Amino acid sequence: MTDSPEQVIRNVLADLPRHRGVVVDSPPGAGKSTLVVRAAAHIAATGEPLMIVAQTNEQVDDLVARICDKHPHLTVGRLSAGGYVPPLRMLELPGVRVGTRIQDLGDPDIVIATADKWAWIGERVWPWAIVDEAYQMRSDKLLRIAGLFERALFVGDPGQLDPFSIVDGDRWSGLSWDPLQSAVSVLLRHNPGLPVHRLPVSWRLPASAAPVVSQAFYPFTGFRSGTGPGDRWLELTAGGMGTVHDRALEEAARSGWALLELPNRHTVRTDGEAVQAVALLAQRLLQRGAVAGSEQGERPVTADRIAVGAAHRDQVAAIRAAGLPPEITVDTANRLQGREYDVTIVLHPLSGRRDATAFHLESGRLCVLASRHRHACVVVARAGIAELLDAHPSAEPVQLGVPVKFPDGWEANQAVLEHLSRHRV
Amino acid sequence: MSLLTSLARLRALDEGIAQPVATVRHCHLAERPMVFIPLKLSGEAAAPLAAMLGTDRGDPRLLVVPQPRNRDLRFAWAAELAGVLLPYVEGFLGDTETVERRNADPYERTVDAPQIIVPNQGGMAFVRLLGRSTRFRRTDGPYPVPESVPLLGRWLTYFAERAAYPGSSLMLAATDELGRHWASGQSSLEDANLAALLSWITTGPSDDAEDPLVWPPAGPATDPGFDAEVLAPAIEGGSPERVAEALRTQLEPTWRLMWQAIDLLAGLPEGASVAQRWEQDRGSFSGMAAHVAEGTPPQARRDGAVAAAAKLARMERAQAAYDVQRAYDDPLVMAEYRLTGEAFAGEVIETVPDNVEGEGRSRKLRPLVVIKTDDPVRLAPGTSLGTPQRRTQGAELVSADDGLVTVKITKGMGRGRTAAPGAVPEVGERVCYTSLTDDFQGSPSLPESEATPWTHGGPPQEYTPDDEDAQEEWS
Repeated sequence: MTDSPEQVIRNVLADLPRHRGVVVDSPPGAGKSTLVVRAAAHIAATGEPLMIVAQTNEQVDDLVARICDKHPHLTVGRLSAGGYVPPLRMLELPGVRVGTRIQDLGDPDIVIATADKWAWIGERVWPWAIVDEAYQMRSDKLLRIAGLFERALFVGDPGQLDPFSIVDGDRWSGLSWDPLQSAVSVLLRHNPGLPVHRLPVSWRLPASAAPVVSQAFYPFTGFRSGTGPGDRWLELTAGGMGTVHDRALEEAARSGWALLELPNRHTVRTDGEAVQAVALLAQRLLQRGAVAGSEQGERPVTADRIAVGAAHRDQVAAIRAAGLPPEITVDTANRLQGREYDVTIVLHPLSGRRDATAFHLESGRLCVLASRHRHACVVVARAGIAELLDAHPSAEPVQLGVPVKFPDGWEANQAVLEHLSRHRV
Repeated sequence: MSLLTSLARLRALDEGIAQPVATVRHCHLAERPMVFIPLKLSGEAAAPLAAMLGTDRGDPRLLVVPQPRNRDLRFAWAAELAGVLLPYVEGFLGDTETVERRNADPYERTVDAPQIIVPNQGGMAFVRLLGRSTRFRRTDGPYPVPESVPLLGRWLTYFAERAAYPGSSLMLAATDELGRHWASGQSSLEDANLAALLSWITTGPSDDAEDPLVWPPAGPATDPGFDAEVLAPAIEGGSPERVAEALRTQLEPTWRLMWQAIDLLAGLPEGASVAQRWEQDRGSFSGMAAHVAEGTPPQARRDGAVAAAAKLARMERAQAAYDVQRAYDDPLVMAEYRLTGEAFAGEVIETVPDNVEGEGRSRKLRPLVVIKTDDPVRLAPGTSLGTPQRRTQGAELVSADDGLVTVKITKGMGRGRTAAPGAVPEVGERVCYTSLTDDFQGSPSLPESEATPWTHGGPPQEYTPDDEDAQEEWS
């Protein structure tokens, strides 16, 4: 029996003063932000200043809002780059100051900024740091900011996308400080004795999704859902017309998953039919007045609770151009990381492809796309992906000195596909 | 592979001749390039066998290791190679210009720089390994080597390292450069065969390219049939002349191909940004020459944590700049971005050259241009744009629908109340705008190597040369 989430959090807080660094692995929706906010308040309560590092401006804004919500007595300084325009809600928060220089912030309990911004700060050392989304942070970014803190808590999701570069970094593979590795891998390779904790429960994923995602993407550590099989439901209040799109939505409402399979065909990336199908699914979902019920009560699935995910930016642009309400989030896997929606509609990364490259096989990409939803996930794909995978076994060269990475993208893709095939429309 | 390249390859296959994928040359071509064709002993990682090199197509130098398993002969070969390459490299050091810099002391930059051209990626890798195996050699102690050998190793290492920077032209691989300018109808693996790629470009595919008796491999590996039937008996026979003559037959055909490749590339007009990138190459070369003159130790075996991060940042910067510059220089490259919706081209149908925004002191000139385009525009309003027609200009997308795009010029139209003449495109002019801009922020500083933080293993141990370096295998 694993520890309860509460016990894990208490263990983490107890470990903080004992080690230079503490790592917490968090599966999708396992309360990572809650942990960050609690640890921040815990450290701030000791009276020592704290810096928080996140990866994107949205993540920073999110954290600021959460900290102020839970702990209104804390003062927060939000460092930003010159061109950044703070959202209105941020300016209304008491105790928050926004500035481009440390001197502009006064002397707050907590200073928070993106890793890119922190890299420009110098000449001061914080006793404590929290690094959020540390698995999405490239180790060269950590190198730039590691001199700013004495001790740090690293929190992140190991199953999501690895950091990447536009240039070929094979020359460094095998080095323990490979700049293209994630901050956590490099940290742990140099400091193997640091404690690694795992959050055991996903509060986001419903009971229908947690076992699938856990087995496919977290084969050795695993996690369970915080809610039971009957605790979440999705209802379509308006009747359907019996089209494939309506049937796919009904299947998703019933089981939490649906695969809308289009005829097998090799297509260009912005496959017109697939794009149309994705757009139609989103429109029908709104038209049919979906209502989601959960432990948080009952609420209609409005456009802002729906996300559409794809692998490439041009696909995203094509889907946006297909005429969706602007409130629906349409984005790539990279940008959907860390976000949460009621229903997601996913264009499968391998749909219509002739080949399965390392980019498309990367397990993190599919993991992000398949783990953003609280209620249901509808996948649109051309038939023939299983055959495509069979024709492209992973054949990446094995590099000396590189730790073997799990899960294998090829295997994870097969596992998810097998599960989806039971929900095919 | 992009859609346009795929199309070009299909068309090449259909028409039986390679198709151009660039309208200008995107690499610098030196007036006097050093063509270098190395051969290595089969089955060894980097045991040199021979090299043909030179700057004069009528007068190649052939350097041969008569017995490649003899360590002393290999070093003698390396010294001979240094005798050709080092004078060529050092010949560029005399003529320099002073470059003023902001926030830094001025420095001396050579007005020209050396350029090494090898046949293929294999040749590049061999140069890197040869540099790796010679730069740590000692001129005293056990197994001493001539002084020029470790110096050669440092220069070869430099050239191989520099070649990893996108857009650099200090060392080029002929097949890579040809492949950037022409699409053949064969696979990219087959494109690595210089003879095959050249015949696609010039006369169409030919079976001869695959025949080692007509076109021996361009190295660094030799043809196994030649190894067994000609080379092995010649080496065993113990006659250096016979070995040299045998290897000459393997190198001379490639020598001719190399100059043919150079002529083909020279036939294309140079891209507008090539000179700028070559200037950076010259700066880098001058920096390396200064290091050598100061007597700094040879390049480390592996990059330390800080050096790796710094190099990665520079390489990413170079890659991004190279991509943007190529698109700006070449309408055929820009077409790729027009297909993906990141750029659009069309005819100007309306302009408002005196459009202003704001009131009073914050009143700003913001000329508007309406363009009619058939391209799929997938850019959001507010996106910053640049244009190859007016490179110093900045613009912003206002709206795009039904093939009509409105663009607002925000930068580079003069300071006056009206736009400078020529700054705003005329009605009827064909223009292209893109969201790609060569507008990069510098990267934040890294810690000193001695201050490598605990997360990255702490400060590294310093390298001190010792006698064990000499014991290292040389193959």
